[in-house]
Amino acid sequence: MTFRSVFAAAALLAGTSHAALAQTEIQWWHAMTGANNDVVNKLADDFNKSQSEYKVVASYKGSYADTLNAGIAAFRAGNAPHILQVFEVGTASMMGAGKAIKPVAELMAEAGEKFDPKSYLPAVAGYYSTAKGELLSFPFNSSSTVMWYNKDAFKKVGLDPNAPPKTWPDLFEAAKKLQAAGYANCGFATAWITWVNIEQFAVWHNTPLATKGNGIDGFDTELTINKPLFVKHLQNLVDLQKTKTFDYSGRTNQGEGRFTSGECPVMITSSGFYGNVKANAKFDWANAPMPYYPDVPGAPQNSTLGGASLWVMGGKPAAEYKGVAKFFTFLSDTDRQAALHTVSGYLPITTAAYEKVKASGFYKDNPYLETPLKELTNKPPTENSRGLRLGNLVQIRDVWAEEIEDALAGKKTAQAALDSAVQRGNQMLRQFERTVQK
Amino acid sequence: MEKRAVYAGVSTPALLLIPQLAIIVIFFYLPAGQAVWQSFQLQDAFGLSTIFVGFENYRDLFTRPEYLHALGVTVVFSALVAFFSLSIALLLAVMANKQIAGAGVYKTLLIWPYAVAPAIAGVLWLFLFQPSMGMVARWLQWAGIDWNPLLDGTHAMILVVLASTWKQISYNFLFFLAGLQSIPHSLIEASAIDGAKPMRRFWTIVFPLLSPTTFYLIVVNVVYVFFDTFGIIDAVTHGGPASATTTLVFKVYNDGRSGGDLGSSAAQSVILMIIVIALTAIQFRYIERKVNY
Repeated sequence: MTFRSVFAAAALLAGTSHAALAQTEIQWWHAMTGANNDVVNKLADDFNKSQSEYKVVASYKGSYADTLNAGIAAFRAGNAPHILQVFEVGTASMMGAGKAIKPVAELMAEAGEKFDPKSYLPAVAGYYSTAKGELLSFPFNSSSTVMWYNKDAFKKVGLDPNAPPKTWPDLFEAAKKLQAAGYANCGFATAWITWVNIEQFAVWHNTPLATKGNGIDGFDTELTINKPLFVKHLQNLVDLQKTKTFDYSGRTNQGEGRFTSGECPVMITSSGFYGNVKANAKFDWANAPMPYYPDVPGAPQNSTLGGASLWVMGGKPAAEYKGVAKFFTFLSDTDRQAALHTVSGYLPITTAAYEKVKASGFYKDNPYLETPLKELTNKPPTENSRGLRLGNLVQIRDVWAEEIEDALAGKKTAQAALDSAVQRGNQMLRQFERTVQK
Repeated sequence: MEKRAVYAGVSTPALLLIPQLAIIVIFFYLPAGQAVWQSFQLQDAFGLSTIFVGFENYRDLFTRPEYLHALGVTVVFSALVAFFSLSIALLLAVMANKQIAGAGVYKTLLIWPYAVAPAIAGVLWLFLFQPSMGMVARWLQWAGIDWNPLLDGTHAMILVVLASTWKQISYNFLFFLAGLQSIPHSLIEASAIDGAKPMRRFWTIVFPLLSPTTFYLIVVNVVYVFFDTFGIIDAVTHGGPASATTTLVFKVYNDGRSGGDLGSSAAQSVILMIIVIALTAIQFRYIERKVNY
């Protein structure tokens, strides 16, 4: 191919994209795969058909971390998308991004779109709001941590399949029984080792994992995950790992397949595991709320969110922001939210949608979809349970996981591992504090 | 007398050099310069605020045990991969160089793995050795070995060494085979007539004559281990468990891309660059003297 033909082709491409500019294009970068990707494309499609002024273009950009990095790189290069889907771990980084982002509350107000932050489930809105209650990003796909268990296995060892263990000590006992009855390699396991055993664990026990309201009230937050409750829990896991009553299954959700294959009869992981379990588990299954330690006052509190929200990137013209605002109004529609929830398994994010689905009797046949909602709304969120906001959390999670792995492998005591996790994590928090936009 | 093409004036040779120089400047000197510059800064992920911090990024690295640990891991990892990939490749090349039926098929099969992308090579090995579903992992468990690369650092290291070695054998094999084929048969035949056994012929004639190839491969392999094994580590262990397989280059990636800490990441890549330049210089300066060309 000659240079001339390359230029000709480029000119042609540029020409066609200009022709499409009669509509204002809204770029939406996301990380949804498989069935969830279809959901995203359908939403964009439905919106585009509902009006002619704006066109939402949804593009898949890889995993959550890849999508966030792609958005950051695009912003640095001056061509960020309008809407970027960011997982909950990246929330603090986005909040600290100053003029790189456009707060959703501000966007809706400027565009004159009707918007009531109170219509969102408190646990949802709280996660993505400033300390003053201003909603910064648009909640999109939300999940929480639940305990999935194999009912057939429970029956086999004489445990009541309809009364799953409520507390950690109960779970440990049940796991020992399961192990004795043939589940030798794994009594129970958790995916997302830090999310389940540090982040959700802290919130569920109404215990701070960092000062300053888990970082929500200030970037000068310090970790507190070396306190006795965390050490006790890790020590329990370390003891059980020796006999594989608990078996470590990796930092992400890579170990979830051990549940659907029947190897691990209990798996604590995201409620978003639903689709996989439904499609692949060849046994009778159910889910239940996360276990807790009964001697902790106030436990169980409420759980916090997983999943992702939609961030609006800064520096775009007002006309384009108007399109984004209209799209968000479209997404918040009660019927649409209710349908999204029942079809995809994502949580409904508005109270109205939740009530509507509840009233329809949907949960009688599908109780598994309500478990995470019950956890999220179990009690009104406290300072310790409204969420967490730690900068560099992607990297801090890796550090926590490294230390937990050292403890589980018997190279460090639980206390030493968590002390080190706090010390190394604090270094990263201090660095974030220095570079963040205030 | 050497044959030389002489151009009149400077403009033609300069013009002919420009494309190559431009590529080097754009793809090497500019990014390298940028890395050096960034290594003196502290920046937020979005590049909105930049603080000049001098050598702080470097000082932080050397005062934290994690970096020195990664350095140690890299040394162990590169020594193992270079040793195994070179020695296995040499063995295979010597075998394939014999007059055997279907040598062409063997050679093609041995060269194939080189076409596999590092991340895919990693996933292939992961499938074999994954404790819950891996075939080999199951054999190991039957044999009574508590195989668990998710928690046991040594097991994880064995796994990434296996995958990285497997991936590199093809390349080394190709060069060794070419090296072997360039050794004059008359020399080997002469020593055979003198009564030297195959082992002796190999160590006294073939191996020394292969030394330029071996030397070149050592350099290339070390560079490979330092930079190109990142995909394998990312796919197989993600640097874990704890930081048992976190090599220098993996740390550069993880701190920079996942952590958004570009300053530290840049400082680490500058150090990595210096290490590789130094290693290559030492190898050429000292080892080359002992090589028979």
